[in-house]
Amino acid sequence: MRLNVELPGLRLKNPIIPASGCFGFGEEFAKLYDLSILGGIMIKAATEESRFGNPTPRVAETAQGMLNAIGLQNPGVDAIIEEKLPFLSTFDTEIIANVAGSTPDEYVEVARRISADPTIKAIELNISCPNVKCGGMQFGTDPVMAAELTRLVKAASSKPVYVKLSPNVTSITDMARAVEAAGADGLTMINTLVGMRINIETGRPILANRIGGLSGPAIKPVAVRMVYEVAQAVDIPIIAMGGVRTVDDVLEFIYAGASAVAVGTANFENPYVCQEIIEALPARLDSLGIEHILDVRGKAYAQLVSRP
Amino acid sequence: MRHDVTIVSNRQIAKATMEMKVRCPGVEVAPGTFFHIKTSGLLRRPLSVANVEGDEITFLYKVIGEGTTELAGKRVGDTLDVLGPLGNGFLLAQHGKRVVLVGGGIGVPPLYYVRRRLHEMGIETIAILGFDSKESVFYEEAFRELGETIITTVDGTHGELGFVTGPLARIQADVLFSCGPEAMLKAVAASPIPERYLSIENRMGCGIGACFACVCQAPDGYVKVCSDGPVFNVEEVLL
Repeated sequence: MRLNVELPGLRLKNPIIPASGCFGFGEEFAKLYDLSILGGIMIKAATEESRFGNPTPRVAETAQGMLNAIGLQNPGVDAIIEEKLPFLSTFDTEIIANVAGSTPDEYVEVARRISADPTIKAIELNISCPNVKCGGMQFGTDPVMAAELTRLVKAASSKPVYVKLSPNVTSITDMARAVEAAGADGLTMINTLVGMRINIETGRPILANRIGGLSGPAIKPVAVRMVYEVAQAVDIPIIAMGGVRTVDDVLEFIYAGASAVAVGTANFENPYVCQEIIEALPARLDSLGIEHILDVRGKAYAQLVSRP
Repeated sequence: MRHDVTIVSNRQIAKATMEMKVRCPGVEVAPGTFFHIKTSGLLRRPLSVANVEGDEITFLYKVIGEGTTELAGKRVGDTLDVLGPLGNGFLLAQHGKRVVLVGGGIGVPPLYYVRRRLHEMGIETIAILGFDSKESVFYEEAFRELGETIITTVDGTHGELGFVTGPLARIQADVLFSCGPEAMLKAVAASPIPERYLSIENRMGCGIGACFACVCQAPDGYVKVCSDGPVFNVEEVLL
C-alpha cells in the first residue's frame, strides 16, 4: 500500500484517474484493459438534456498538444444514470461524475440526480468548459459566481463536490479560495486553455467552433505552476491534470501539491497510458527512494519554506 | 490492438500519393476498417486499409500535412506504432448481387481491398474511380484485373472527362459502396441504386469512440465515424 490515496468521498487504490471527456463512460477502454486497476474514473460531462455539441471539425493538433471543441456532447443525465452507470458499477474503481449546465438550476438538477446514484462517489463541478456558449467557463472565471454555484451544488449534492478550475483567469488562487470558502470539498485543475488555429491556405479557423481548449503536454508547465500556487493557498485537496503522459509527470504534480492526478489527452495517443503509468509507479518510487507516493506531496514548496 | 509494425515498402505511386506496406502478423482485417497511426505529433492519423496480403497490410495516403509528410519520409525497416484494425467495414455478404464501387481520390484505397475480397467470393463488381488529373491516378491496372473499371478525371486528361456521377448514372447495380470527398459522397448518396454504403472521413481524436471528435449527424441523433463507422448505410447518416 504505497499508492493509495484517501480523499473526500474517494478511496483511490492509486492516484491515477482518466480525465473527464477523454475516456467517455469507460466502455471503449474496458475492451483494452480491466478498469478496476484505475484509482477512479472521471466520466464525461453530464447535462440535464442530451446535447449534440459543436459542428465538426472538433479537434486540431498543435505543437505538443491538441485543441478540442466538442461542446459537452452527452446523452443527458437520466440516460447516463440508466445506461452508463450500471456498466461502470461493475468495476472496482471510484466513479466521479462531471456535472455541467447552462444555468445554475441545470447544474443543481444534474448534481442532485447523479449524486443520488450509489455508483457515483463524488461530483466534479465543471465551471471551466471553454466550448459552450452558455454556462461552462462563464461560471468559472468570476469568483463570486463560482462561489455561488459551488454553494448551490454543494447543497443539492449528496456526495462531495470537487470544483474543476479554469486556467483562463487572472488569478487562479482567487478562484480556488472563493470555491473553498463556498464549501468545495476539493479542486480539480486545470481545464483546457482557450486557443485557436488558423489554416493559412483558407485563412479560416480549423475548428468549426473557431476556438477550442488546448490540452496535452504543451500545457503541463502552466498546470504545474497553478497547482503549485493553489496548493499553498487552500486546505482542500487537489486532483491535478494537464498534459500528463508519463509516471514522472504524475510525480511532478504530486511534488507541486496534488493528491491525485488525472490523465486526459494522452489516452488518445496511447489508450493504454493509464495502465502503463500505474504499472510503472512502484519501480519509479523505488528508484527515487520514495516509500508512499504522498510522502512527496507539496514537497516542491515545503522544501523552499524550510530552507534556512 | 496496438502493434509495432515494420515497414516493408514506402513509395510514391501518383502525385503526392504514397503506398506503404507494413508487416503486421496475426491480425484479421476486414475491408473498410482503418488503423490509427502514431507519428511524432500528438494525435494519431487514421489510414484505411488498401490491401492485405499474408501478414502485410497496405496503406495509401496523400501527403498533405505534417503527419503524412513524416510518414512519407519513413524507410524500409522502420517501425510504426499502430492501433487497429478499428471501426466497421463493408458488408461482404452480397452474393447474387451486382456491386458498384465508387471512389474519389484518396477514398479509392479501401475499395481496392473490398473488391479483392468480393472477387475471391465470386461477387461481380464494377468500379468507378474519380481523380483530379492523370498524374493523380493510381491502382488502375490492379483494379482492372478484378473487373470492369471506369476512370474519370476532372480535367479530362485520363479516362472520361468529369466526375464519377457521370458513369454512375448509366450503371445498373443492386449495391453501392463508396468512399471519397464529402461532395462526392453527397452526390453518390442520391443514386437510385437500392442499397448504398458510404465510408465517411472526419478528423479523429481517439479513434475508438471515446472522445466524440468525429461525430456525424444522424436521423436519430449522431453516429461516431470511428467506432460506429466509418462505413454507414446511407440511411444512418445525414451528410
